[in-house]
Amino acid sequence: MRNEALHFALRNRKLVVGTVVILVFLVAGLVGPLMFDYGPNEYVGPPMAPPSGEFWLGTTTFGQDVFAQFLYGLRATFLVGALGGVLAAAVGMVVGFVAGYRGGWIDELLNMLTNIVLVLPALVVLLIVNAYLGVRSIGVQALFIGLTSWPWAARAIRAQTFSLRSREFVDLARLSGVRTPKIILREIAPNMSSYLFLTFILLFGSAILIAASLDFIGLGPTDSVSLGLMLNNAARWSALQLGLWWWFIPPGAGITAIVGALYVMNVGLDEVFNPKLREM
Amino acid sequence: MALKVTDLRVYYRTLRGEVKALDGVTFSVADGEIMGLAGESGSGKSTLAKSLIRLDGRMRHAGGTVELDGEAMPLSDDDAMDEFRFRKVSLIPQYSMSALNPTRKIGKMVGELLESRGERPDRAELERRLELVGLSKDVLDRYPIELSGGMKQRVVMVISTLLNPSLLIADEVTSALDVSSQKAVATTLLGFRDRGLVTSMMVVTHDISLVYQIADTIMVMYAGRLAEKAPADVLVNAPRHPYTMQLISALPEVGVRYEDRRLTGIPGNPPSLLKPPGGCRFRDRCPLAFDRCAEQPPFAEVAPGHFVACWKAE
Amino acid sequence: MRRYLGRKLLIYGLTFFVAVTVNWMIPRFMPGDPVSSMLSRANVAQPAAVEAMRAHYTAMFGFDLPLWRQYLNFWGALLQGDLGISIWLFPTPVSDVIVRAVPYTLGLLIPSILLSWFAGNRFGAFAARRKWLDNTVLPFGYVLTATPYMWLAILLAWALGIVAGVFPVAGAYGFDLRPSWSWTFIGSLAQHWFLPFASLFLVAFGGWAIGMRNMIIYELEADYVNYLRALGAPARLVRRYAFRNAILPQVTGLALQLGVLVAGALVTEIVFSYPGLGHLILQAIQNQDFFLLQGTFLFIVIGVLIANFVIDVAYVLVDPRTRTGMGGAA
Repeated sequence: MRNEALHFALRNRKLVVGTVVILVFLVAGLVGPLMFDYGPNEYVGPPMAPPSGEFWLGTTTFGQDVFAQFLYGLRATFLVGALGGVLAAAVGMVVGFVAGYRGGWIDELLNMLTNIVLVLPALVVLLIVNAYLGVRSIGVQALFIGLTSWPWAARAIRAQTFSLRSREFVDLARLSGVRTPKIILREIAPNMSSYLFLTFILLFGSAILIAASLDFIGLGPTDSVSLGLMLNNAARWSALQLGLWWWFIPPGAGITAIVGALYVMNVGLDEVFNPKLREM
Repeated sequence: MALKVTDLRVYYRTLRGEVKALDGVTFSVADGEIMGLAGESGSGKSTLAKSLIRLDGRMRHAGGTVELDGEAMPLSDDDAMDEFRFRKVSLIPQYSMSALNPTRKIGKMVGELLESRGERPDRAELERRLELVGLSKDVLDRYPIELSGGMKQRVVMVISTLLNPSLLIADEVTSALDVSSQKAVATTLLGFRDRGLVTSMMVVTHDISLVYQIADTIMVMYAGRLAEKAPADVLVNAPRHPYTMQLISALPEVGVRYEDRRLTGIPGNPPSLLKPPGGCRFRDRCPLAFDRCAEQPPFAEVAPGHFVACWKAE
Repeated sequence: MRRYLGRKLLIYGLTFFVAVTVNWMIPRFMPGDPVSSMLSRANVAQPAAVEAMRAHYTAMFGFDLPLWRQYLNFWGALLQGDLGISIWLFPTPVSDVIVRAVPYTLGLLIPSILLSWFAGNRFGAFAARRKWLDNTVLPFGYVLTATPYMWLAILLAWALGIVAGVFPVAGAYGFDLRPSWSWTFIGSLAQHWFLPFASLFLVAFGGWAIGMRNMIIYELEADYVNYLRALGAPARLVRRYAFRNAILPQVTGLALQLGVLVAGALVTEIVFSYPGLGHLILQAIQNQDFFLLQGTFLFIVIGVLIANFVIDVAYVLVDPRTRTGMGGAA
C-alpha cells in the first residue's frame, strides 16, 4: 500500500511540479540570505537602480537590495505559513475530533463556536487585533492567523470523524475500554492522516495569503522583512508611479508561486490518495 | 431468442495491463426467460451485466457479438447504444437508493427523461405502474429524499420498465435489503414478467438461494468464463460442474450471503485475470482436475438446456 | 425550512454579539491607559479637539464604572448608532464617515462577487467538458486563486493604468470633478471603478471556475448520472442535472468565501486609493483612529452577516432538501 502510494506520487505531474516549486523557494529562503553580508533593510546601493549584475532585482527608492529583501522575505512567508497552518490545523483537529467523536451537546456547542468564527471575516478581526498591538512579530501574527482560520478544517474533520466513529475497529477499541483521547489518536487520526495532511497544506496556503494582506495594509511584523511588507513599501513609496516594476513584481510573484504550488500539490496528493481520481 | 451472446470479450484497462474480466462468453436467453446470473465478485457477472447496457470508460469491447431480438447491439458505440437503452434493454441498478436526481421531483424527472428520449410522457400509465408496485401517485410530487429506501427502489423499478424493454437487467437489486424486502422485490420482478411488461430478465446476484425462487434458469460464472447454465431446479439439485457443486454445498440457509464469508470449502483463490492461465480456470482449486484440464473445456450442452464447461461432466 | 433559517439567525445573532464583545474588550485588554495612549498617538493639532476627545472617550469608556456597567453602556451607545467621533476627520461622527464610504465598497463588491460567481460557474462547467480546455484552464485557474488580491491590483494598475495609460489608478472619480448626476461624472466614476472591479473579479473568477469544474466532475460520477446514462438520457440532460446539483455547494461556498472576498476588496481599494471601507481602514491605522477602525469592523461584520442570511435564503430556494424539513447541508 505504502509503495503503491509512492509509485503514484512519483508519477503524478501535479504533485511533482508543486513539490519542486516549493522546495526551490524553501531552499532559496533558507540558504539565499547567507549570500549577503548586509541586512535586507540596509542602504547598500544607488536608489532606484534597475536589475543589474550587482543587484539582481534592482534596488528600492532608498537603495535597498530588492533581491536580498526577497530572499529574507521568503523566510517570513514560509514561517508564517507553517506556524499559522500548524496552529489552525491543531485547533481544527481538536475541535473536529472532539465534536465528531463525542457528539451530543459538546458537538452542538463546538459546532456553534465553529460557525461563529466561520462567519466572522478573519482579516477584519486580525486588523483590529493587530492595530492595537504596538509591537508585532511574525510569531504573534501567525498565532492570530491560526486562531481565526481553523473553522472550515474543524468542520471537515468533524464530518470525517463522524463517519469513522461507527467503524468496527473504533467500536472494538471502545468496548475494550480504551479512553477517548487514545482512541482518537490511535484509531481515528491515522485513518484520515492523508486527509489531515491535505487540510494542512490548504491552511498553509491561506495563512500565507492572509499574512500578505495584513502586511500590505501596514500591520505586518515590525521587526522583519516579508513579501507582503515589500509590497506595502513599494505601494507606499510610489514604486508604481516611478515605474520600479522590479520592486513590486517579485514579491507578489513569489507569493503566487508558493501558494499556487501548494494548491497544485494538494490536487496531486488528492489524486494519489484517492485511487478514484487517478487518471487512467 | 431474446438475447444471443456469442464469444463476448470485455477487458478492463488498468495501469498494470488489461484485465480479461469477460473472456469469451456464449449463451442465450429465451423470450420470457428469467435467468439468474451467479458468481463470486470478480467472476465477471457484473461486467457482463454492464456490457449489455453501458461500458464505462475503462472497459473495452474486445470481441464477440450480442444480438437482442435479432438486432446486433453496438456495444462499443456509446451513442448508437442509446437507441437500445431504456426501450429494448433496461437496468435496475444496484444503487437504486441513490439513482434519482436529488434536486428534481420524481414526476418531473421522469417527464424530462422521457421527453429527452423522444417519448411522450403518459401520466395515467405511470400512475398505473406505480400502483402495481404499491406506491401512490403522490410520490411523483415528492423529492427522492422524502421517500424511504424501499420506496425509492420501487420507483426505480417502475421507471426502468416504463418502456416495456425486451431485456431487463437487475443488478444485485436485493443486496442492500432485509430478507422480507428481498422477497417483495423478487415477487415484483416476477410480476413484471408475468404481466408482459418485460420480455426476459437477467437477475445478477451472489445469492443463489434467492434467485432460485424466481429464476427459470441459473447461469454460474467463474473467473471471466461461464461454468454452467441449467434450469434452476437442475442447477441447484443436480449440478454437474465441480465449482457449482461446491457453491451449492457451501450454500447456507436462505438469505445468508456466501460472498461475505469466504468460500471455505474451496481452497485457493481464483486466478488473476491480468494474465490468466490457459485451460480450465478452476483447475487449481478443482478436486477432479486431471491432465485434460490444461485444455479449455467447451461450454457444451450435456442435456437439453443444460450447459457445462467441464471435461468430467459429459 | 423555518427551523433551518431560525438556526442560522441564532448563529448570526450570536456572532454579532461576539463581534461587539470583542470590539469592546480589545482596547481594555491592551496594556496601558487606552485614552491617553490614543490621544498621544493621534495627530490632532487643535488643543480644543484633544480636550473634546478626552471628555468623549472618558464618557464612552466610563472607567470609573464597574465593568458590566461599561459593557452595557457600550451596547447602549451602539444601539443608538453612536460609534464615536473620528480622529482622522475630527469632529465627524464615525458612523457618518462610514456611511459615506459604504456605497463605494458595495459598488465594487456586489458586482464583482455576483459576476465572478456566475461567470466562474458557467466557465468551470464548460471547461469540465473538454479535456484540452480543462488542461489549459486548470493551471491558469490555480494561479489566479493563488494570486494575492493586492498584487493583481498593482499589476493591473501598473500595466493598464501607468504603462498603457488607459485607466486612472487613484480615486473614485476625477480630481477636478464634484459628485453630480452629469454624464461626465458618471463616466469618470465608471472609468475609476473598472480596474479595482476587474482585479477583484479575476481572482474570484479563478476560484469559482476551479470549484465548479471539480464539483461537476464529481457529480458526473454520481449514481443518478450513471442511471440516467444507463437509460440513454442525452448528454444535455445529464449535464443540466449535474450543473443543478453542483451549484449547491457553490452557493454554500459563496457564504464561506465572503470573508476572503471582503478582505480582497479592502486591499484592492487601498491599491487604488478607492474611497471605500478599505481606504478608511488604512487611514484609521495610519492616523491611529481606533474609533473609526472599530466602527468599520462592526459595519463589515453586520454586512457579512446580512449577506450570509441572503445566501441562506437563496440556498433554501435552490435546495429542495432544506424545504422539506429533511435537513440538507448545514
